[in-house]
Amino acid sequence: MAGILLVEDDPSVRAGLELALTRQGHSVTAYATGEEALDHVRSRRPEIAILDVMLPGIDGVEVCRRIRRLGPLPIILLTARGDDLDVVVGLEAGADDYVVKPVEPRVLDARIRAILRRLESATPDRLTFGDLVIDRGALKVSLAGKEIHLTPTELRLLLELVRHPGQVLNRRYLLRAVWDHTHVADSRLVDACVQRIRAKIEPAPADPVYIHTVRGFGYRFSPP
Amino acid sequence: MTWVPTGLRARLVITFLLVAVTASAMVAGLGYQIIRRGLLEHAERGAVADVRETLSRITLPIGASDVVWPSDTTVTDEDLGGVVQALEAPERTVIVTYGDHQSSNAGARFTMTDVPDQLRWQAARRLVHQRVLLRDRPWLIVATQIQRAARDGVLRPTGLTAYVFVPLSEEQAVLSRLKAALAQAGGITLVLAVTLALLSARRVLLPVRRLGAAARALGAGELQVRLPVRGRDELAELTATFNETAAALEDTVSELRTMESMSRRFVADVSHELRTPLTAMTAVTDMLSEDAEDLPDDAGEAVRIVVREIDRLRVLVEHLIEISRFDAGAATLRRETVDVGDALADCLEMRGWADRVKLTVPVGLTFSLDARRFDVIVANLVGNALNHGAPPVVVSARVAVGGENHGALEVTVRDHGSGIPEEVLPHVFDRFYKAGTDRARSVGSGLGLAIAKANAELHGGSITAERCDPGTLFRVWIPKQ
Repeated sequence: MAGILLVEDDPSVRAGLELALTRQGHSVTAYATGEEALDHVRSRRPEIAILDVMLPGIDGVEVCRRIRRLGPLPIILLTARGDDLDVVVGLEAGADDYVVKPVEPRVLDARIRAILRRLESATPDRLTFGDLVIDRGALKVSLAGKEIHLTPTELRLLLELVRHPGQVLNRRYLLRAVWDHTHVADSRLVDACVQRIRAKIEPAPADPVYIHTVRGFGYRFSPP
Repeated sequence: MTWVPTGLRARLVITFLLVAVTASAMVAGLGYQIIRRGLLEHAERGAVADVRETLSRITLPIGASDVVWPSDTTVTDEDLGGVVQALEAPERTVIVTYGDHQSSNAGARFTMTDVPDQLRWQAARRLVHQRVLLRDRPWLIVATQIQRAARDGVLRPTGLTAYVFVPLSEEQAVLSRLKAALAQAGGITLVLAVTLALLSARRVLLPVRRLGAAARALGAGELQVRLPVRGRDELAELTATFNETAAALEDTVSELRTMESMSRRFVADVSHELRTPLTAMTAVTDMLSEDAEDLPDDAGEAVRIVVREIDRLRVLVEHLIEISRFDAGAATLRRETVDVGDALADCLEMRGWADRVKLTVPVGLTFSLDARRFDVIVANLVGNALNHGAPPVVVSARVAVGGENHGALEVTVRDHGSGIPEEVLPHVFDRFYKAGTDRARSVGSGLGLAIAKANAELHGGSITAERCDPGTLFRVWIPKQ
């Protein structure tokens, strides 16, 4: 049950997805253009956005980028199979996940639920790593006293890494833990998300001090 | 034409040499003979004239009386010595005979035994000369019986015969030098001929070799290869013909390629265009199948058919898009280190095959591969085994140790069905290949195995299919990065 913003230019696809998602219990608002969708995001604050990449006017990736500037609204991209460039650009623009057309509603629903899964805040503690402070109770992250806005996916990935300090977590594990993907999906999701977190918390994202890449295996959180 | 076990170059050089050697041998031989004859004749004439003149000048006691010669006893050894002295010259041997008397010069090297009999006979009548080889040296013997005019004016033989051995060693030395010079010239001619032969062979063979290399390049697919046409000979003509052929071939091939890429583009475009309506349909198929329960039987069945066929269409379009990406060369490989056991288990689990397939993989087996493409390979092979073969379906993986595939990942998918007929095996990876009527066409896109193969090949690997008893074994090889 979520307030979904759906942007898709083809009327039949839009109607079909709206029907299916509504049937699955979501409340869906559908638009044909990115401009309308951005207005909606500003005024109505949906819970999640599903964007078609190929849109007339401003395309899905640009919409994604602009939504990201407005706040941490989770975004799922609808892409055409094999258009790898769309996927990479979309994830870099801040999308949390992507599905390939033609998508089965069950799959889309599972992705939506995984992203909107409530973050467990079972351990009400504050962790401090130099300038980086992670409040696991309030689900807030700040760097040098300034609050950092992470999307739910980014926050979940960061918390997962922080939960296993000094330990290498492979991409498959992270995909399952954070995205709920039950198969060998695209590990670029993890890579893109780590890049976005680094851009927000690392003093020098190209030379990270918190989240380290272990080539060929995965990532390790080991603060200085 | 008989087969000659030599190349064109050797044949050219041999022919050239034969001509050069024959020509120079003929010229040298003829020249030598002419010079030799001239030289010797000149020497002979000189010697003969000398002897004749000397003899005509000397005065002899013979003929002073009317005594019948040679019984003239007034001739003494001193008289003969005088004749010898008159004819003498350095190196010469002079022998003079008169009846029983015989006289020769001081440095005489020869005796009468050295004079051929025939010459002696001839000398009795006229002045004769003959070349002989004595003690390995050439000599000219000039012999004559001296004649004197008697009182009645008739020439009469005197019985006094002179033999003069004139040395020809000087002429011989000249001839030897000439021979050496000719031999030297012959040698130089030979060297020149070889050089010229090689050069001209090169001139002829270089374009031939260039043509050969160009033809090979053309065969290897370098259709833009052309050769510069030089001169107006047969080779230039051949080169021009080659260029025309290459140009024609290039045109044809580029036309074919254009047509092929157009048809590929068309398939890709069609697939992409089909995707949008399919997305709309796929979105609502779940609702349709849920509600089919509440519809009347026939309507419910109709809905189920629609739902099933939409699903099939979806797989077909996905496969078409995938294969058209391979055809366009747009498929990219993203290798990363993957736990093979996890990847295989995830592949089966995600498609609900985990309890229908037996999986045997060493724990902790990792390999560098493109996880998504590996998943596609395994899914297509296992899907094929489940749809067309019979249980148990066994999937196993290992890294080969030793042999030509050392370090490569081997994944096998085996079913225990009736197996694929031998004549069909080579075609199982062909697109849309229909393996007889007994194999149901209602499942699968007809592209699954072709896609699996393309994905394996993108890794630099391969897939093979072989008959087992019972069933079929598909073997995937993925080499180390």
